[in-house]
Amino acid sequence: MSIRERLSGNEASAIAMKQINPDVVAAFPITPSTEIPQYFSTFVSNGQVDTEFVAVESEHSAMSACIGAEAAGARAMTATSANGLSFMWEMLYIASSSRLPIVLTLVNRAVSGPLNIHNDHSDAMGVRDAGWIMLFSENNQEAYDNLIMAHQIAEHKDVMLPLMVCQDGFITSHSIENIELIEDEKVKEFVGKYKPEHYLLNHDEPIAVGPMDVQAYLFEHKYQQAEAMKNAKKVILEVADKFEKLTGRKYGFFEEYKLDDAEIAIVCMNSTAGTTKAVVDDLRAKGVKAGLLKLRVYRPFPVEEVAKALSHLKAVAILDKADSLNGAGAPLFTDVTSAMYTQNVHVPAVNYIYGIGGRDTTTKELAGVFEDLQEIVKTGKVDNPYRYFGLRKGGK
Amino acid sequence: MAYNLKEVVANKPSRFTAGHRMCAGCGAPPVARMIMRALHENDHAVVANATGCMEVSTCIYPYTSWTDSYIHTAFECAGATCSGVEAAYKSLVKQGKLKEEDGSKTKFIAFGGDGGTYDIGIQSLSGAMERGHDMTYVCYDNGAYMNTGIQRSSATPRFADTTTSPAGSVIPGKMQSRKDLTQIMVAHHLPYVAQSIAMTNFKDLYEKAEKAIYTEGPTFLNVLAPCPRGWGYATEDLMKINKLAADTCYWPLFEVVDGVYHITYKPAKKLPIEEFLRPQKRFKHMFKPGNEWMIKAFQEEVDKRWQELLDLEEMTNKNKGGE
Repeated sequence: MSIRERLSGNEASAIAMKQINPDVVAAFPITPSTEIPQYFSTFVSNGQVDTEFVAVESEHSAMSACIGAEAAGARAMTATSANGLSFMWEMLYIASSSRLPIVLTLVNRAVSGPLNIHNDHSDAMGVRDAGWIMLFSENNQEAYDNLIMAHQIAEHKDVMLPLMVCQDGFITSHSIENIELIEDEKVKEFVGKYKPEHYLLNHDEPIAVGPMDVQAYLFEHKYQQAEAMKNAKKVILEVADKFEKLTGRKYGFFEEYKLDDAEIAIVCMNSTAGTTKAVVDDLRAKGVKAGLLKLRVYRPFPVEEVAKALSHLKAVAILDKADSLNGAGAPLFTDVTSAMYTQNVHVPAVNYIYGIGGRDTTTKELAGVFEDLQEIVKTGKVDNPYRYFGLRKGGK
Repeated sequence: MAYNLKEVVANKPSRFTAGHRMCAGCGAPPVARMIMRALHENDHAVVANATGCMEVSTCIYPYTSWTDSYIHTAFECAGATCSGVEAAYKSLVKQGKLKEEDGSKTKFIAFGGDGGTYDIGIQSLSGAMERGHDMTYVCYDNGAYMNTGIQRSSATPRFADTTTSPAGSVIPGKMQSRKDLTQIMVAHHLPYVAQSIAMTNFKDLYEKAEKAIYTEGPTFLNVLAPCPRGWGYATEDLMKINKLAADTCYWPLFEVVDGVYHITYKPAKKLPIEEFLRPQKRFKHMFKPGNEWMIKAFQEEVDKRWQELLDLEEMTNKNKGGE
């Protein structure tokens, strides 16, 4: 029997880590992810895990130590947010290129500056090309479930890539909600043992990790990373199937909420999806054919699947909790429209930048987005595809 | 058994092999080779290397000069990377996932240049040492960022001509004094800290390396490693330069065991600093007429630091006796 609990997103992530029982955790506190290493170090202090907890002096060292540990043949995990992830940036690329399946919880928060500790997705978007698998989570349950699935995906021999599980800072990380936990023994069995093929501590086969990779080799090594990311698609679905058999909870690349017969829809990630569902329900009650595509797997980007799922729409709004500051659309919008273009899907699309620095996202605003979409359907025109909501008039 | 260079070289195979691409006359390879030789034969090691000359010259894909496992991640984080490897080892051994056979041990050694250690990597190093990981960090100090083309570092001595502290007509080279990293590491209260150099029969370096590697806990070695390109000496003069660094007390050889200083080499005749400066092109401008003050100032600083060291030796040994 699964265990019914009430936990915050951070508590749920820490408990998932406890059940996974990694060999090494190296972490440095940063709001709003601080609680994860706090809870976890309590598990260490009370002997509830076998983990070596390395209380490093920075996030750069957290990722460096995770790389050292994972290369040594251990399972290594960490958690961070915002500037912490930015400080790791250099090492994120080294983790993925060294093909080390490190698992990180990213509690999304605005990257400075100016300094702001609240939620948006600028941290995750800043590392979207770092070669990490990126899973997004609507709530504490999904943050927990994604972590339980993480190692099976990351450590698969056809993948061998690091993986981050994202959840919204404060909105999810600090809100207490109902959750269904899996029994410890079942998690242990599901996650399995880590058996690396090559590792530093194998006395029978000393290896060199992170060599100087000159012109004759780097290109192919980067290609191999890209191939591994493609392979991850299949593995993500296989692991989701296994997970569904264990828990009854179904996961794919994304969740389609009342999307199959929808005429207009929103594409978004993390907690905004929950708010959008309430708005969709309201509109459906009024006879408006509104729907939602909540993206779970952002890297690898499921190009064909997203394009196909949106292909029947009359208009779509892509919501970005991060701006690219390029005057040409934010990351998720660029990814979705690019996917549609390459798949010959022609749906009028509009981008909304919202929720920056923790700006509240209301049902009223999301209803406004659907109204705009109805207007686009009516006129057949997208006057300005790059829009904002929740921004004070004139941005002042 | 008393140290014997011939026996060490004959009986212990090199764990840092030929074929690497370090420059002729570079001080770093003999240091790395001798430190790796200090490992006991049945023991294993994992080497962590900061980005720098040593890394880009000894591990060029698909080759490696290291017979032990080796990891390089980035410039500023050999300390943290090595600490992660050591934490993994501790965890895996504790859980019975990794077993040592026949009483053999696995040791963890990080190598970084002065750039990766004194400067960009000092936070990572300090963190790793403070956390008490069972590892040895070795700085091979060549006194500038040599890998990128001889830029000044905080280890560069005062007045040295580098590409970012060029000896110009107004500013005569680097105007700041050298950071004393070894003392910073002593301030971490480590069980073993030492400063060494590859001199004559390598005894000093070998013995300190063995002590550092086999002292439980975090240990630190700072080894001067001259650079023929950056310092401007003839490649065949490496050992001569090393000797002069020690004989002028520019680079004192000492160790600090649990806070107690022991100077391991006191030159019978302390040579004037000119002897060390003159063969090096980086100090050439100091010998121009009118620049005598520079040599004087350099000598004063060397003398001051040497006296401080003598005082520390006396003081810490007195304290020890009084316990």
